[in-house]
Amino acid sequence: MPHSLFSAVPAAPPDPILSITAAFRADPSPKKVNLGVGAYRTDDGLPYVLPIVRQYERHFANDHSLNHEYLPQDGLTHFTVHSARLMFGKHSAPLNDNRVVTVQALSGTGALRIGFAFIATFLGQRLVYVPNPTWSNHRNVVPHAGLPPTRTYRYFDAATCAVDIDGLLADLKAAVPGSIVIFHGCAHNPTGADPSREQWKQILQVVKEAALVPFFDNAYQGFASGDLDTDAWSTRLFADSGIEMFVAQSYAKNMGMYGERVGALNVVLSSSSSVDIVRGQLKRLIRATYSSPPLHGARIAAAIMSDEHAFRSWQTELRTMSERIRNMRTRLRDCLVANGAPGNWDHIVKQIGMFSFTGLNAEQVRFIRSKYHVYMTLNGRISMAGLTEATVQYVADAICDAVKSIGRDA
Amino acid sequence: MSRLSLLRRLSTLAPQALKHPHPSRFAATPRGPEDAILGITVAYNNDTNPKKINLGVGAYRDDAGLPVVLEAVRQAEHNVLQRGLDMEYLPVAGSHTFVQRAIWLAYGDRIIHERHNRFAALQTLSGTGACRMAGELLTRFLDYGQRTTKPLVLLPNPSWANHKPIFTDAGCDVASYAYYNPATRALDIDACLSSLHDAPNGSVVLLHACAHNPTGVDPTPEQWAAISNVVMDKGHLPLFDMAYQGFTSGDMDVDAASVRLFADDGHRILLAQSFSKNFGLYGQRVGCLSVMTDSQNEADAINSQLKIIARPMYSNPPIAGVRLVEEILNCDQLQRLWRDEMKGMARRIMSMRSMLRDELVQLGSQHNWDHIVHQHGMFCFSGLTEHQVQQLRERFSVYLTANGRISMAGVTSENVPYLANAIHEVTRNA
Repeated sequence: MPHSLFSAVPAAPPDPILSITAAFRADPSPKKVNLGVGAYRTDDGLPYVLPIVRQYERHFANDHSLNHEYLPQDGLTHFTVHSARLMFGKHSAPLNDNRVVTVQALSGTGALRIGFAFIATFLGQRLVYVPNPTWSNHRNVVPHAGLPPTRTYRYFDAATCAVDIDGLLADLKAAVPGSIVIFHGCAHNPTGADPSREQWKQILQVVKEAALVPFFDNAYQGFASGDLDTDAWSTRLFADSGIEMFVAQSYAKNMGMYGERVGALNVVLSSSSSVDIVRGQLKRLIRATYSSPPLHGARIAAAIMSDEHAFRSWQTELRTMSERIRNMRTRLRDCLVANGAPGNWDHIVKQIGMFSFTGLNAEQVRFIRSKYHVYMTLNGRISMAGLTEATVQYVADAICDAVKSIGRDA
Repeated sequence: MSRLSLLRRLSTLAPQALKHPHPSRFAATPRGPEDAILGITVAYNNDTNPKKINLGVGAYRDDAGLPVVLEAVRQAEHNVLQRGLDMEYLPVAGSHTFVQRAIWLAYGDRIIHERHNRFAALQTLSGTGACRMAGELLTRFLDYGQRTTKPLVLLPNPSWANHKPIFTDAGCDVASYAYYNPATRALDIDACLSSLHDAPNGSVVLLHACAHNPTGVDPTPEQWAAISNVVMDKGHLPLFDMAYQGFTSGDMDVDAASVRLFADDGHRILLAQSFSKNFGLYGQRVGCLSVMTDSQNEADAINSQLKIIARPMYSNPPIAGVRLVEEILNCDQLQRLWRDEMKGMARRIMSMRSMLRDELVQLGSQHNWDHIVHQHGMFCFSGLTEHQVQQLRERFSVYLTANGRISMAGVTSENVPYLANAIHEVTRNA
């Protein structure tokens, strides 16, 4: 029997984020805490299905007039129309001008991938800039979609644990004109540090002057502040300014539909004349990747967004989830202060969204994992959703011990 | 608000004068080709003829022409809901238990036992996703370290229209091998073997495991054996696309015979499976890609690379559909019910084939319509010319693709006489 054609395939390195969960699962310690993956947990540390989501799931299962037929390539129209309206708002200039193409996508990742595949195919080999740091998968999506490896722009100031606005603006000014720039619409992952509204206005100015093309990644609309419109502010500022841009949306966190893969890609054009063509080409790219998107989650999301009562329920649940996160931030900061942990921990309450960049270094992270069985990514990012009233003190103890035992520059 | 009324409302708003300093970067985007099949559905929907028939649809329909949700699926849905499961992310490779069951459905107990631990596999976005993942894997890792050109994937002529874009976008070169003979409306086995023989050694050969799309023409067991031999002799890599397991004979094991034959012949098979049709879960996107390897180490390496490809494409696959398939396959009663329903779907298709052929004979057609009953699965390559297809549409409101492919699922006992008459009329003087 001839030699296998795949026999020389090397083993790939494990994914930094997902391998944390694998290690956590394998850990037998009863004290273990998982601050790795960004999925919301209740104060009992349990996964959470939003009641309004479950209600519709049940409703649809009992409605025998519904079936499992194929969606069109660009997805459930009822979903995409409402998704665009949620993102851009009722008074959106591009929406009202019919200049936005919206297609259903495989959550945020899928939206990014199809968007970048479109760019690679039709807009040339443009450079893509990502904030430093950014969600690790951004740097994989871009080259896999057929574009050059990403470049970074300065984003996070480790000294202040906030946005390095001067560095950011300087780097964007120096970027190659026509380049794509990824922005996190809110609740920056992994740092939790967002630009202020004033800073967003400065960024927009530079983007326009440097002729850059924004690609907004919105994975936390509603989840960050608890308010859907507040969290959409930066995207809407840019969209209403008249520039062309891409916007990815995910409903994984804000509707808790992680595994259902519900998302959308929006392309904001300067004129409506290209809308049909752009939509047609996006559909072609989708067709060759997975033909059409999954139905289950999109149907639920569309129902929630289109019913006044359900929408209000959803808004309430968003406030509840984001309040618990904010509460855990306060508790962690207070515990660290009470412990006398060296350093200033205010950044934990100033940052927003699911994640906090603690400032811990890799060695400190490893120390915490092996001594305390508390898991986080090596860059010191913790998922606030993984904290509960029962574990927050323990985690504070672990962080305090690590900072005292291991120096900053270790 | 419905989409239509939303659009109407938007169009009444005065468009804002837009002064944009730069021309649109999208202005040069070329218009892509129209989707042939979708165009048929649109035309069909707009047709007001009450006798209209849609033979372009690629999904099963019952004898009333309606979409079907299998009873086994309804029960599974109910069971799953009772459990109040979460909606957490699946692993990148999807549900491990689903993948195990999918491979078992394809290969059966014995082969699974023989090759235990040597499959690399992941859950995919249905059959399209499985083919795409296969293409990406081939492009990156086929003959890793030695190959300097794109991998060559050979498709049967004809094949499903989406195969070429999938493999091209994945970075492969695509060519075809002889398959269908329009003169006989059957497999041209000699030309097929010949073109596989003439292809460069080590090509990837895509094979439809059963119920070939679009022709419905499948090799016999003897012909499969001959194909297996030439594939082995040439060092070709077989890539099976199995989207209709169960739709040929009604029996899942019988329909997997080709794949199992190749496994027993010692091939290392790449298998793309879709559960869209046989579970009726079309829109839920349930599929699996598996790769036969020589060792656990090789399987682990390939699995790790498949995950690296999947993560920047969609991160992890959708959960709803696989839960239903798992529920059905894990519960004896549901599995039996599902297998019976699969038989029922296949039987209805088979009886529509017989009825259509018999009607045409009864009408006194001078043509030989036996191929309608000799072809298998959802589709029939009628042999109608483009002109005749157009006539069917214009004169009788019967819609099918320009290549003469009829989706038998669109045929019902009620519309068979009308359809037969229509076909007879347009072929009378041919």
